[in-house]
Amino acid sequence: MGVESLTTVVIGAGHAGLAASHFLSAASIDHVVLERGEVANSWRRERWDSLRLLTPNWCSRLPGHPYDGPDPDGYMTVAEVVDFIDRFATVCRAPVRTHTAVTSVRRVDGGYHVTTSQGELRCRTVVIASGACNRPAVPPFADAVPSFIEQLTPFDYRDPSRLPDGGVLVVGASATGVQLADEIRRSGRPVILSVGEHVRMPRTYRGRDVLWWMDAAGVWDQRHDEIEDLTRARRLPSPQLVGTPERRTLDLNALTGQGVEIVGRLAAVRDGRALFSGGLRNVLALADLKLGRLLGTFDEWATEHGLDDEVAAPERPEPTRAPDAPRLHIDLNRGEIRTIVWATGFRPDYGWLDVPVVDAKGQLCHDGGVVDSPGLYALGLPVLRRRKSTFIHGIEDDAREVIDHLTRYLAGAPA
Amino acid sequence: MTDMTTTVDNGVNVKALLDAREALKAAPEAAQFKWRVTSTWDRGVHTTVRVKDFFGLGQEQSHKSESVFEADHPEVFAAEDNGITPIEYLLVGLASCLTAGIASVAQNRGIQLRSVQATVEGSHDIRGILGVDSDVRNGYNDITVTFRIDADASREEIEALVAQSQKRSAVFDALSNPTNVTVQVA
Repeated sequence: MGVESLTTVVIGAGHAGLAASHFLSAASIDHVVLERGEVANSWRRERWDSLRLLTPNWCSRLPGHPYDGPDPDGYMTVAEVVDFIDRFATVCRAPVRTHTAVTSVRRVDGGYHVTTSQGELRCRTVVIASGACNRPAVPPFADAVPSFIEQLTPFDYRDPSRLPDGGVLVVGASATGVQLADEIRRSGRPVILSVGEHVRMPRTYRGRDVLWWMDAAGVWDQRHDEIEDLTRARRLPSPQLVGTPERRTLDLNALTGQGVEIVGRLAAVRDGRALFSGGLRNVLALADLKLGRLLGTFDEWATEHGLDDEVAAPERPEPTRAPDAPRLHIDLNRGEIRTIVWATGFRPDYGWLDVPVVDAKGQLCHDGGVVDSPGLYALGLPVLRRRKSTFIHGIEDDAREVIDHLTRYLAGAPA
Repeated sequence: MTDMTTTVDNGVNVKALLDAREALKAAPEAAQFKWRVTSTWDRGVHTTVRVKDFFGLGQEQSHKSESVFEADHPEVFAAEDNGITPIEYLLVGLASCLTAGIASVAQNRGIQLRSVQATVEGSHDIRGILGVDSDVRNGYNDITVTFRIDADASREEIEALVAQSQKRSAVFDALSNPTNVTVQVA
């Protein structure tokens, strides 16, 4: 079998890989987009049934491809997202090769050698768009959980009806954690939510979607090289938001109001007991203080831009209510908990990347998407170049700038 | 097995402890103690901590005299070493709590102790407190206590003393299990 030769290989046909393809085509750079499954694979395979985007539809644009549906203030379902990305791939005429898994990328003279399940390629540049969420990140003490308890990650969870009856421990208070805790509680099951550091946000503020404020007040445009602790910003859990037609706020007060019990961060499982941190009050206070600062930023911006008459008066949400004595441990052998849902985040999988650009934590070493190896780039990672990089609409500026760098690299221009 | 006669004397008034146990079964509110310390910042990372009063057995109590503890950071932390570090105070507590337990259990079991020494070592990755790496915790990664005990007992009996001491140790529990800690501004 021969080795195919071309200029650029893009790995991954999600919204990031397709955006890269859009700008590569615009620059007349020959390329191919390799996809292990189908276009928008992760959305098709690795998400639960009721999921909607937490960003409003007016926000969801891909390069040259805005949302044109009937509900700009609504939130797309998974099926709608798949369709949106699929249509984008068609409009771009992206050269996608589906069911082509990349098994190795290594450096060779003049570029890279890419080995796939469908053959070998040689290219001058590679754009890694395989995403940040290839594997769920489950703490090692999951092994110590008694075997009769069903354990699920967001990859295997589909809907509450498939869970055993009985209590559910949801670990992690990110967007996924609060959404699943909410949905499972509504199914009538007792839910305990283990809460570590989290990002609290109201769905609406002064009558507008909170993400309208993030966009308008420029918080989302903050650049990666302006952020003081970039590593921390890239690891922030997703904000506690849900996309519903009622635009309801889904914070911890909403959950405890429904009877969800909150406990501290799950610290260990020892002798069949789940042990929770006694520092719960502090993480609740941290999230409340941070939210107060964010809302203050919005208020200042509104005043500076003379918008105080156009929006409702400033307000502050109630402090997060803490239980008087949060439980510090649960005996998992006693049967109170029949299911554990690990909403504990995700990790990228770079096992196929045979270039020394991955750090000790398994994260890619890059500067705004320019990876630490000539001709190697990345897109679709959190806070890649701006805070908005983490969200679908952030890909346009990132892809334009990264492909611009790639184009200049190919032309032999200095970095 | 040594008989429980007055020839075994580790200096622990076991009778008083056993009497208290019985009394408190009937009066749990008397068992509610509150230990207190007050601290004053000196300068830099030097703090002075005073301990005198506590609450227990239903009323305010007081140590015989006030104890004063200085805490600071060492010169390798670019500080002035006016006292041991706060994190070392925890090891002081752990060593003394476990040792007290061993003496008490030994007395209760009629085992004569000749000497009890412990070395306590806490492994501490300071990248946590310096904010270098958010996966590194602020506190100890692990603590190891090694006891050297010379006593009129078999090795199994001595090991049993040490095991029982941990089972009833306040500081061991405080360090190895989560505790609700509330820090507020007046």
